[in-house]
Amino acid sequence: MPLLQVRNMTHYFGGLRAVHNFNLVIEPGEIKGLIGPNGAGKTTIFNLITGIHTPTEGQIELEGQSLIGLKPHQVASRGLGRTFQNMLLWRHMNVLEHVKMAQYSQLDYGLLDAFFGTPRLQREEERVTREAMRLLELFDVAKYAEHLVGNLPYGAQRRVEMARAMATKPKILFLDEPTAGMTPEELVQMIGIIRQVHKDFGVAIFLIEHRLKFVMELCQSIQTLVFGEVIAEGPPEEIQNNPKVVEAYLGKEDIT
Amino acid sequence: MESTKSNPTLSQDGFWSRLRSGLARVPVIGWLAGGLCAVMVEYFLGDALSYYLGLPKIPVLFGFVTMLKKPLLIPSSTAYVILVYLIPLVAVGLLTAGPANRLAAFLHRRALWLSAIIHLVLLYTIIHIWSDISDYRLLLLKLTMIAIMLTLSINVINGYMGEFSCSHPGFMALGAYSASTMTLILFTNDKLFGPALLPPALGPYCYPLALIFGGVVAALGALVVAIPSFRTRGDYLAIISLAFMFIVKSVIENLEFVGGPRGMGSQPNWSNLPTVFVWTVLCVWVINNFVRSTMGKALNAVRDNEMAADAMTVDTRKTKIVTFMFGAFWAGVAGGLFAHVLRYVNPGTFGIQKLAEILAMVYFGGLNSVVGSVVGAVSINLLSEMLRPLELFKWIVIPLLLILVMIYRPTGLIAFREFDVRKILRPKQ
Repeated sequence: MPLLQVRNMTHYFGGLRAVHNFNLVIEPGEIKGLIGPNGAGKTTIFNLITGIHTPTEGQIELEGQSLIGLKPHQVASRGLGRTFQNMLLWRHMNVLEHVKMAQYSQLDYGLLDAFFGTPRLQREEERVTREAMRLLELFDVAKYAEHLVGNLPYGAQRRVEMARAMATKPKILFLDEPTAGMTPEELVQMIGIIRQVHKDFGVAIFLIEHRLKFVMELCQSIQTLVFGEVIAEGPPEEIQNNPKVVEAYLGKEDIT
Repeated sequence: MESTKSNPTLSQDGFWSRLRSGLARVPVIGWLAGGLCAVMVEYFLGDALSYYLGLPKIPVLFGFVTMLKKPLLIPSSTAYVILVYLIPLVAVGLLTAGPANRLAAFLHRRALWLSAIIHLVLLYTIIHIWSDISDYRLLLLKLTMIAIMLTLSINVINGYMGEFSCSHPGFMALGAYSASTMTLILFTNDKLFGPALLPPALGPYCYPLALIFGGVVAALGALVVAIPSFRTRGDYLAIISLAFMFIVKSVIENLEFVGGPRGMGSQPNWSNLPTVFVWTVLCVWVINNFVRSTMGKALNAVRDNEMAADAMTVDTRKTKIVTFMFGAFWAGVAGGLFAHVLRYVNPGTFGIQKLAEILAMVYFGGLNSVVGSVVGAVSINLLSEMLRPLELFKWIVIPLLLILVMIYRPTGLIAFREFDVRKILRPKQ
């Protein structure tokens, strides 16, 4: 059974058809990419699958269970972690708190424990902190644990966001333009980090990207989206030479 | 001053820096010992001292009121404050720094709760002796502690979760009226509800239940604001919460059985100093525990970015409901205490004036901070009492002060600070 299966997903914003008949199959441990020009509906597809919007038509199944109608936090607790195009870190919280926060659904205590600071709460907080520190070490940001995220260099913020997403214990990780605004050196680092996450955690990864080179290097299979419709799907080499993709990105050769 | 003129900079610098480093070494327990000494001095020698200094009576609020009323008494009031408060506080603090540090270290190694209880008992003794001097001090202390509860509980909503809620007087009114109704029906013979249903002797034991009942009613009322908060934020929620406040007020005004606009009186005098103190401590403790847990940090995540919080498995709806109900609960308890302190409530009390007061305290003290709330509540309350002789000008001075704070510290005096009891009570070498 595939890990994630999306069938015939269509979505309208009012009269505007943002996504049309989108299909996706992600097998465990796979890295898949979604490319397309600006406004093609890539982020909308992410938001539909992660529960921020509910699709007008179609099915979304994670390990055979439907995700339609679930709230974003429920989708996330079922194993669908994500990062955001513009990171959306919490500016008044420090790095450690970010990664602890993402383990919210794994907290095994109730409100009363939180009110009265019971031993159970302390046990859980210690466990969550240990886990958070482990992740911070793994992403090489442990030295910033007590810093506010806003004071970190851009690359470190990206790594914090990644650590935060991994703290939700995802089975699939959705990365929304993980290299947006990065320098070429940071880009190389990011490729390393994604490979490492893929290897260490064994998660499947589904990523949106602008930079073709990055996608070509990482992904086993790529979908190309234009105006809400998939125009091409296949391994990187095939996509690269697909005339439709070239046309979508570079425009049609004008003979006349 | 004359004697130090020969080498002013050096000797002054030496003295002040030594004093400062000396004071920095005094642990909290040392300050409490100093405070205890100061109030003891006042308790036993205050009358005599004020007589010799030519003061009509013991200055009730650190001499401020006397000073503003009769400027000629400024020197003697100042002398009184220095002799009675400053000197014992600093002297005892400095002299006992060594033993106090050893004691603090000993307590630090032992259980935190033991240390906290010892500190609280000391603190209570101080305020008890201080308030024994006059009924005015007693009333002021109780109202200040209630203000701390209100400020802290609104900080949970406005500061930690970052919604601008204006409904706090409404929550307070719900708590005040529910708790009063319960005590009046069950334990008091009064005009509104007739003879007591239960023996009044049982009353003081059931008083906490009445307060909790008030809190629960307020928490249920908070649902009216919490549910719209799923869909709307910011200005619109502020308007909704403001509407809620007015609804509560006019509903109570039109309910004849609780006295309508005439209000409701003759509550039993059960809000004595220890009761209010214990509830305030409980409120600070519970709220501080909550906001420091990961579950409570979810409030900050919702405030800073709700979409990210949702994607990181935080149940944002539950968080919002819990926050509103939790904040309202404590406002309700504070309202119940308030009603039994004044022993009379009317709907007019819980209007826009009260809201302005609460908001001033929370924004003055600092958002997202327990210490800030305490500082804000205490300073605004004391200030408005101290400046009472200025009459109309009081309402120019206090708002000006608020404006200045907002210019220089836009989030309040002590904002975004964690209140770590262990750190505060630790010895200072």
